[in-house]
Amino acid sequence: MEIVLALAIGTLGGCGVWLMLRPRTYQVIIGLSLLGYGVNLFIFSMGRLALDSEPVIAPGLPATLAQYTDPMPQALVLTAIVIGFAMTALFLVVLLAQRGFFGNDHVDGKEDDV
Amino acid sequence: MARRTTYEHAGPTQVLMLPLGGAARSAWGAQMTSAWHSALAAAPQLMIAPLLLPLLTACVLLLLSERRHRLKGALGLAAAAANLGLAVLLLAWTLQGPEASAYGVYLPSNWQAPFGIVLVLDRLSALMLVLAGLVALMALLFAQARWHKAGAHFQVLFQLQIMGLNGAFLTGDLFNLFVFFEVMLAASYGLLLHGSGPARVRSGLHYIAINLAASSLFLLGAALIYGVTGTLNMAYLAARIPQVAAADRPLLHAGCAILAVAFLAKAAMWPLNFWLVPAYASASTPSSAVFALLTKVGVYVLLRLSTLLFSAGAGASAGFGNSWLVLGGMATLAFGTLGMLGAQRPARLAGFAVIVSSGTLMAMLGLARPELTAGALVYLPGSTLAVAAFFLLAELLDRSRDPDPAAMRAPEDEEDRLPFALAEQELHAQTNLDDDEQALVGRAIPASTAWLGVAFICCALLLAGLPPLSGFIGKLAMLAALLDTPDAAGTVPGLHWSLLGLIIVSGLCALVALSRVGMRFFWAPVGRGAPRLRVYEYAPIALLVAACVVLTVQAEAVVRFANATAMALHRPQAYIDAVLGARPVPTATHGDRPNPIAQPMLQGPR
Repeated sequence: MEIVLALAIGTLGGCGVWLMLRPRTYQVIIGLSLLGYGVNLFIFSMGRLALDSEPVIAPGLPATLAQYTDPMPQALVLTAIVIGFAMTALFLVVLLAQRGFFGNDHVDGKEDDV
Repeated sequence: MARRTTYEHAGPTQVLMLPLGGAARSAWGAQMTSAWHSALAAAPQLMIAPLLLPLLTACVLLLLSERRHRLKGALGLAAAAANLGLAVLLLAWTLQGPEASAYGVYLPSNWQAPFGIVLVLDRLSALMLVLAGLVALMALLFAQARWHKAGAHFQVLFQLQIMGLNGAFLTGDLFNLFVFFEVMLAASYGLLLHGSGPARVRSGLHYIAINLAASSLFLLGAALIYGVTGTLNMAYLAARIPQVAAADRPLLHAGCAILAVAFLAKAAMWPLNFWLVPAYASASTPSSAVFALLTKVGVYVLLRLSTLLFSAGAGASAGFGNSWLVLGGMATLAFGTLGMLGAQRPARLAGFAVIVSSGTLMAMLGLARPELTAGALVYLPGSTLAVAAFFLLAELLDRSRDPDPAAMRAPEDEEDRLPFALAEQELHAQTNLDDDEQALVGRAIPASTAWLGVAFICCALLLAGLPPLSGFIGKLAMLAALLDTPDAAGTVPGLHWSLLGLIIVSGLCALVALSRVGMRFFWAPVGRGAPRLRVYEYAPIALLVAACVVLTVQAEAVVRFANATAMALHRPQAYIDAVLGARPVPTATHGDRPNPIAQPMLQGPR
């Protein structure tokens, strides 16, 4: 499970960074989103991976993190997802405005001279 | 008039210097003094107010129609003024008594730290709150002239910006710092795009992309730190860092370094600062004045975390990252200085002045000595106010060359062209003649141009660090501290000498750049009408300069305050004890709660 998760985070992060460095605004926004997903999975994994742990306090179980999944990273991820979603929406609007002003989708508003 | 405004302004700012020094003495004054004392006593309960007030104001403003801009403007100004008043009250509270380490701790959820979130007030955060409150109020006043009508929801975004700034200064844990960073950034995206136009949209796109990437790094760093230490509360983190196992320490350092990159991008360290100048120069003017504060948030967080987490008591982590901060700060300072020399438009000049100020601060803080930190803290307020004033002034200068209403929009030329076609003009022997061949010598300049000139000279003196204004005192404090802190061998290290040289050269270059721009605007023989000055637009600049004059007159108190603050910052144990020792208000179910520190739960998942 650790390997799968690590590969998933690595792939998302790698694709995200590569796309973010591309010259088209659409590629940049997809890159930022992928990077965001990778980061969210990473935060989640920082609560340690466990199978079949209780999510909410159950009677009879001692109140230590060995018996439960760590609720803190889940709370953090939830906040990060909401903020990331809002920022992506805002970025999309700016992207459209940019296209309206310059008539192309280059991040600098003008095509590179080849 | 100018004299009266200066005097009026001296009231609240004197409180900044001397605890209760400005209290009046008449019977009415006695009443006011007692009201002030009761407000001071309630100050720890008012710590949440700098967050709630702008948030609620923003909610109310959102409900009002855009057409009622006069009412919206009045509400926004009232809230910003109340925010400044609150900040001054909180600062006065931290100055009470002889103890340098007065900490206000507020538990918003009534759970003990590190379980619940926590707001912490100390002298540094109170100082930053006052600075942010003052600059925000002045920028909002400036915006009343016309900027608030240039697009939708300006007032709402502005209040949220104030809330984000206040929250970043007050929060005591890393995740809320992220949240307030995002509040602040989201508002700044809106403010940067306010007024629209190609230049704003293009630089806004870059600004948003950079900040979204930096936010991802922030989250990565915070997650790594949580994974290693099991907490995000800054005080508890500081207490736990010495106990981190040797095998985990590289991971912790990696987390802190990733986190720091996010703040360094915000604080505009070279080479993470190429976005700054186009964005700040193209933003609407009141927004760019407030943006001058955003870089200071980055500097504030770097100072807070480096003194708290990597103090001398942090074991193997002591002093982590400081050399990066020094060298990066010096590179930033050099970059900003060269940029100032190259900039043609005043707004871009102001953008590079932000970078210079931030580079100076980072280099001084990276040296991590209380004396040097104190020098940086003397420099910080004056430099922030001066840059903000210069941003406001830059628009008036820009406008005076071009009375065309189209100039209200963001300038289309990112190319940073010369403001006048001076280069193409033929300057012959009789240059001192105007277009009608009348002698220019001895002709009275228009009053508005004269006032602009006075403000420009004050800003230039402040930014270049020349006497008699506070910029000089700030630089003097830093240079004296650099020479007064020998290393163990008793000699002043070469790093100190090079930073000293860099600061002096940077001041000289700033002076050259500013006088060049000033000559071009005020002395160039180019026919143009006198600019129209409105009170709304000139008063904020005059008040910001007046605040710097007060800082100059009260220099001794400022230096004393900076010394006490720096000493407290470099001995973080009192901060840690204050935060972890804060107890929630007893409630009905209070007895059932576990004692967080004693619980094995917090020993982390390992």
